[in-house]
Amino acid sequence: MAEKLKVELVTPYKKVLSEEVDEITATGTLGEFGVLPGHAPFLTSLKIGELSYKKEGGIFNLAVNWGYFEVENDTVTVLVETAERADEIDLERAKAALGRAEEALKKLTPEDKQYRVYEAALERALIRVQVAGKAVRR
Amino acid sequence: MATLKSIKKRITSVKNTRQITKAMKMVSAAKLRRAQENVVAARPYARKLAEVLEKLADNQQTDSHPLLAQRDIEKVLLIVVTSDRGLCGGFNANLCKAAERFVKENRDQYSEINIMTIGRKGNEFLKNRQKVVKSYANIFGTLNYQTAALLAQEVIQGYLAEEYDKVYILFNAFKSVMTQEITLEQLLPVAPPEQAEETPTQYIYEPSQGALLDELLPKNIEVQMFRALLESLASEHGARMTAMDSASKNASEMIGKLTLIYNRARQAAITKELMEIISGAESIKG
Repeated sequence: MAEKLKVELVTPYKKVLSEEVDEITATGTLGEFGVLPGHAPFLTSLKIGELSYKKEGGIFNLAVNWGYFEVENDTVTVLVETAERADEIDLERAKAALGRAEEALKKLTPEDKQYRVYEAALERALIRVQVAGKAVRR
Repeated sequence: MATLKSIKKRITSVKNTRQITKAMKMVSAAKLRRAQENVVAARPYARKLAEVLEKLADNQQTDSHPLLAQRDIEKVLLIVVTSDRGLCGGFNANLCKAAERFVKENRDQYSEINIMTIGRKGNEFLKNRQKVVKSYANIFGTLNYQTAALLAQEVIQGYLAEEYDKVYILFNAFKSVMTQEITLEQLLPVAPPEQAEETPTQYIYEPSQGALLDELLPKNIEVQMFRALLESLASEHGARMTAMDSASKNASEMIGKLTLIYNRARQAAITKELMEIISGAESIKG
């Protein structure tokens, strides 16, 4: 099928993507999902997670941080706070952040206010490391 | 008549001033470009978010959410966004005057109008004249989305705790380098988006429409706040650039005038000395 999905991915700082893709996968609040051309109108919130899309045979990955995902008439609009392409991620820094978050979490109990902050930081770091790893393999 | 020395001193001092204003103009021009880029970059996000919100709020009872609900307006919060530093022409003064005008015009309508200032200049001007409940300064140096989000969350919490029933934000919107437009926007309650005429598309919502709205409404406030701050920052640099440009021009003009006076005085002194010498020589001769 020649049909394509038009994807627009924007963050408060810039427009990250504006492309035609074959397929897109993202992590929603209720779990991972994939969208192909011809999908019904759909709106969901995204978790900290991975977003990947297929285009001309290649798979591209991004680490995204919290946002929205909308499908209508084969147009996908993704609104996220941050988005980083796999090849933009500094693996060393991501790993360092992972270590820091782990350290901080060990000292805290789930009751602490800071706990959730570091938990989110840990999640972000994990995803970044994961996505960055894929860029190297490709 | 001023002495030669004192005129020379003034010329030097004006030259120094010109050097400073020129430097400030350059700095502002560089910062302006970045700020302008940021404003432009933030626009698509804000627009898309508004679109999504519109669709979501469609076929949804508008009173169902605390941030949408219209309640009786008693207390109002006015957020005034100014700069931290001066020397930018009428940028801050105009905005503060607009804030005062707003208070004056609406004093009868509401029982209380409180002000929250962002930026040092606004606080300095308004703290002794109006009721300033909170003020923030020095956030423009490292302006990012997180800062704006934190501010927005605080405003939302105050609103939910019924500390105020309506929130406005007053800021300089960036029109062009030369012009800023003082803009007043209502932040809370969220103005219900206009209902589309055509029948809305039936969406699949995940997790649910209500839950999505819960997350999206505060988000929208954050984005609006962020945009207002960005616009204000870009306007500030624009205003400063213009102000410093005309200051430099004025300084140049003044230097020209002073140099003329200096040269005249010098010429007069030389003529006087010559005349003295000649008349002295004449008297010896005679």
